[in-house]
Amino acid sequence: MKLITAVVKPHKLEDVRTALETFGVTGMTVTEASGYGRQKGHTEVYRGAEYEVDLVPKVRLEVVVEDGDSTDVLDVIVKAAQTGKIGDGKVWVTPVETIVRVRTGEVDGDAL
Amino acid sequence: MTLMEINAGDTAWVLVSAALVFLMTPGLAFFYGGMVRVKSVLNMMMMSAITIAVVTVLWVVVGYSLTFGGDNGGVIGNFSVAGLKGLIAPEAVSGTIPTLAFVAFQLMFAIITPALISGAIADRASFRGWIVFVALWTSLVYFPVAHAVWYLDGEGGGGFIATGIKAIDFAGGTAVHVNAGAAALALAIVLGRRVGWRKDPMRPHSLPLVVLGAGLLWFGWFGFNAGSALSAGTTAAVTFVNTQVATAAAVIGWLIVERIRHGKATTLGMASGAVAGLVAITPACGAVTPVGALILGVVAGGICAFAVSLKYKLGFDDSLDVVGVHLVGGLVGSLAIGFLGSAAAPSAVDGLFYGGGAGQLGRQALANLIVGVYSFVVAFVLAKLIDLTIGFRIKEDDEREGVDQVEHAETAYDFLAAGSGLRGPATAVRTPAPVDDAPAKDAADKEGANA
Repeated sequence: MKLITAVVKPHKLEDVRTALETFGVTGMTVTEASGYGRQKGHTEVYRGAEYEVDLVPKVRLEVVVEDGDSTDVLDVIVKAAQTGKIGDGKVWVTPVETIVRVRTGEVDGDAL
Repeated sequence: MTLMEINAGDTAWVLVSAALVFLMTPGLAFFYGGMVRVKSVLNMMMMSAITIAVVTVLWVVVGYSLTFGGDNGGVIGNFSVAGLKGLIAPEAVSGTIPTLAFVAFQLMFAIITPALISGAIADRASFRGWIVFVALWTSLVYFPVAHAVWYLDGEGGGGFIATGIKAIDFAGGTAVHVNAGAAALALAIVLGRRVGWRKDPMRPHSLPLVVLGAGLLWFGWFGFNAGSALSAGTTAAVTFVNTQVATAAAVIGWLIVERIRHGKATTLGMASGAVAGLVAITPACGAVTPVGALILGVVAGGICAFAVSLKYKLGFDDSLDVVGVHLVGGLVGSLAIGFLGSAAAPSAVDGLFYGGGAGQLGRQALANLIVGVYSFVVAFVLAKLIDLTIGFRIKEDDEREGVDQVEHAETAYDFLAAGSGLRGPATAVRTPAPVDDAPAKDAADKEGANA
């Protein structure tokens, strides 16, 4: 199994969620996040005083999928989250050793 | 002075205007409150609110009398109507309105003038220091300045700026804005810069509050300017239109400067441009034509947009740009009379552009120089005295923590409700058991005893 973590623009969350549901992903965890990448945030101007805002609001989305699905899911997320502008975010894949559904005690594939 | 008959229309207009001007102070509280950081918004609003309380009391006791009760050498009134003595009588009439309507209207000006100053010392002033300053500055500066600028005894005499220098200040460019702006500069210097100024971000915490405040100020300003006609007639209509025109033009002026300098037209710039326009048209609203107001507004908006960066160049921390908007805006508007004044307008003075020569310009400059210097010097001395005695600036650690918490034991927003709990006197810490449980508990006790 793989854990796919995506940090994307907040307004793209709905697009990503819909795309994943269409693909067949049954659940996900979403957290509010803030951060920056290569572009280093943005500049805001208040009465001529410029502020560099480095930590930009993002959402962090996590799904666990079967090994065979990970490449497709990765692709789905990237396509849905893409605006083409700077600050679109990152997606990465990490291996998961085991997973247990708390309610039933089912493990791994059954627990997804 | 000949006794005139009360006119219901005039009276209604002045009373409504008084209420409109009153609304400007809560409006200012929102305008300033939105511009400070989360940890200072309540203190900022309280600094406006307390001037309502302190100045109202002062005004009734001696303020009105010292400002508009008689004349001593053109610089101050006397105590003849202290406590508003005799002014509730039906025969107490000023022009065509009851004198008390004038008392109420002018009170609102006395309230908002010191409130304007507070923006210069956001985040770092002790509340009691501010209260003492408001009481002293209003008594020693606002009352005599308003007297000098506005008091006329009906026989050609009165305040020395009105009758001696003959400077025009229709609704308060000199008496309110230059006066408050100069005091603000003095306070910003005496109290010193905020901790982290020019290093830490100090961006406004709520621009919607700023816009709400600017909107209330704009709305109330119709009372401020058009109410100053003290009658519901042509002068009120001219000043009303000029106020609207200049303010709209100033928004455009400010935004043009922003667009050129930073590539964006900002919301704060829009709100600031509006206030700059309102400030600038205040002295001139009775002296210019609507086209004159248009020019005045766009120029004032542009100049003030540049002026707010003065503090960075000169190194004083006027937190919310009271100097850049009120001192500079008031000066621009007041001096503009010398250029754009038209004999066709109610004040009936031709400026330079209308063939009137430079005389009026000189009179405007002199009046503002006198008021500005006087206000700056007295405010500087008062602030130093307060700082050396009861303290005017809060401690550095307290400033970092937030002036709201330290000065008022409150914070504006509940970000982490789950982490807070009621802490009161020892007896109030534990919630008493609900009444309904009492019989059950008794029964259980009995059962236990029997067992």
